[in-house]
Amino acid sequence: MSRSLNVSSSPHVRDTVTTKSIMYDVLIAMLPAAAFGVYQFGIQALLVIVVTMAACALSEYVYERAMGLPITVADGSALVTGMILALNMPAGIPLWIPALGGIFAIVVVKQLYGGLGQNFMNPALAGRCFLLISFAGKMSSFALDGWSGATPLAQLKAGQTVDLAAMFVGRIPGTIGEVSVLALLAGAAYMVYKKVISLRIPVTYIVTTAVFVFIFGQQDMSFVAAHVCGGGLLFGAFFMATDYVTSPITPKGQIVFGILLGVLTGLFRLFGGSAEGVSYAIIISNMLVPLIERYTLPTAFGKEGKKA
Amino acid sequence: MGLATFKGGIHPYEGKELSENKPVQELLPKGELVFPMSQHIGAPARPLVKKGDRVLMGQIIGEAGGFVSANVICSVSGTVKAVEPRLVVSGQMVDSIIVENDGLYEAVPHFGEERDYRGMYKEEIRNIIKEAGIVGLGGAGFPTHVKLTPKDESKIDYILVNGAECEPYLTSDYRMMLEAPEKIVGGLKVILSLFDNAKGVIGIENNKPEAIKKLKELVKDEPRIEVCELLTKYPQGGERSLIYAVTGRSVNSSMLPADAGCIVDNIDTVIAIYNAVCLQTPLIRKIITITGDAVADPKNFSVKLGTNYQELIEAAGGFKEEPEKIISGGPMMGMAIYTTDVPVAKTSSALTCFTKDMVAAMEPTPCIRCGRCVAACPSHIVPPMMMRAALKNDCEGFEKVNGMECMECGSCTYVCPAKRPLTQAFKDMRKQVAANRRKKA
Repeated sequence: MSRSLNVSSSPHVRDTVTTKSIMYDVLIAMLPAAAFGVYQFGIQALLVIVVTMAACALSEYVYERAMGLPITVADGSALVTGMILALNMPAGIPLWIPALGGIFAIVVVKQLYGGLGQNFMNPALAGRCFLLISFAGKMSSFALDGWSGATPLAQLKAGQTVDLAAMFVGRIPGTIGEVSVLALLAGAAYMVYKKVISLRIPVTYIVTTAVFVFIFGQQDMSFVAAHVCGGGLLFGAFFMATDYVTSPITPKGQIVFGILLGVLTGLFRLFGGSAEGVSYAIIISNMLVPLIERYTLPTAFGKEGKKA
Repeated sequence: MGLATFKGGIHPYEGKELSENKPVQELLPKGELVFPMSQHIGAPARPLVKKGDRVLMGQIIGEAGGFVSANVICSVSGTVKAVEPRLVVSGQMVDSIIVENDGLYEAVPHFGEERDYRGMYKEEIRNIIKEAGIVGLGGAGFPTHVKLTPKDESKIDYILVNGAECEPYLTSDYRMMLEAPEKIVGGLKVILSLFDNAKGVIGIENNKPEAIKKLKELVKDEPRIEVCELLTKYPQGGERSLIYAVTGRSVNSSMLPADAGCIVDNIDTVIAIYNAVCLQTPLIRKIITITGDAVADPKNFSVKLGTNYQELIEAAGGFKEEPEKIISGGPMMGMAIYTTDVPVAKTSSALTCFTKDMVAAMEPTPCIRCGRCVAACPSHIVPPMMMRAALKNDCEGFEKVNGMECMECGSCTYVCPAKRPLTQAFKDMRKQVAANRRKKA
């Protein structure tokens, strides 16, 4: 044999799924919601998406370049952050605001903590919360067809009724990506089919929220349905709470995480100052992930019913 | 209800079509034969012959060096050329007996004669198995007579024959199930004669319908034996996975299968028991699959132990393309070797030869905590937590997250999208922890 043989530790084969293929699957899954946002809110929405994604990718590139780190923009994770952040923006926002949010998300929340896999908060959500605090007015002025209006949850909070059919399709004011239940479910179905996410977190999250608002809000099915379909709950449950890095890795922990999210979201919505609460619920729960994991370590095979 | 299986596991590309339809071909050695004194778990055997001695086929040339050890039997007749360290598959130099084959295959008295085991004492049967040098031929190499001598034989209620062959590319067990099913049943009946309370179950993955059909047909009138169809999933043939799938009992790392009332033997081990007890033929041959995309004509061979691997590759038509990686065993748990100039040993099962080393082309990236490894782990542990401890060389932390329950099956590493070398790190840590425990003891 003229060539020397490779030796390495087993296993000698690998699955075809890579970090990159997962990230691009998540991007594909957000396309229906993004497309609906652009269709409904116009070219301005597309600009917000492009600018935010570009800001994220570019700031990752510049930071890694400056620090002499390997450039990881191609893995798609910064683009996912950009897309999530953009879909959390109202379409009419001045473009520099989402750009600033993207830079904050990537540089402060992700890279300063060690880059991919090391951040303890969802970067897109931390970016959004940073913008919500800094530019509260601009971040919560929503318009539809040129008319500014209140979101369904704000209407509910004010004691009005909402049009559930419009919420299902997405003919309501809101952020670019959160409005269409149909588009979000299509994306979620794609991720479940591709085994990118499991249903453990989203389903426990949504069910807990529904039960919470039923018990402590109104014992009325359309009220509960409006809470499930509105306020970015579906977007948050399927696309943000399932963020690998900032959610528990243990199966039982994922259930606990989902319940915690549901309770916090319900609390913020019914008893808090603002009509919505998904972002803050997720951010707060992110910080409890290490604790949750510690107490939900699975029982090893063969150790059931035995003290280790 | 679905087929019997376990929780976790993966579905790697099986690659069995390369060799599954090739009947086992007998291959006689051309060159010298090398018999390492350590082809099993436990103490090495002691050489009983010296340079210049004439040896016969079936003669014990290495004597078990303790209770947990095994005899080494000469597979040909000829002259001892040397007793010296030789390179083996694991990359180590191991004391070996080198025999020049005279091509006569002159055997010891009574070799190959039929014998009726009924009416024999249990101790007699166990002794025959011990003398025959039989060890677990699935790869572990644990001496079979030790396994068949549990503390309390009345507590054993299951004898499981492992016909899962879940390792990709391997087809030797499958071929034997098709070509010598009566020997499998015969061997199992010998084992059952040692355990009065046990029932025999042959577990076969459902990707081998022919084998299932054949064995089911053969055992339909055997009251103590049944065939259990298993879901095709890696590592279904892992001892703990198999026990769970068939009996619903779970065994952890500090238990023996016997603690759960089970004894598990591989297909070829059971055949070896049959050969030793009923045909007076000790363990001198092994069924080997030569396969992979680099091999011109992938095949299954029955070869004399001690044969040089290069002869097998030549008999399979050589390489049609130069291999980049050669694995002793299959791609999931096999060991990559840097030379094929090594002898076939008791624990050998295959050579898998790849033209491309898929792993070398992949750069590990940071863990994104996707949890695929957690879902795949048949031991229900959390690989990223183990990896965190491993990277800090923290033995205590590694044990705390149940790292010692890892069976090194490689499922986590297979599914990892970040291509992290998890199994490699776990093997190192497990070795360290085990060494520390021995030091303390």
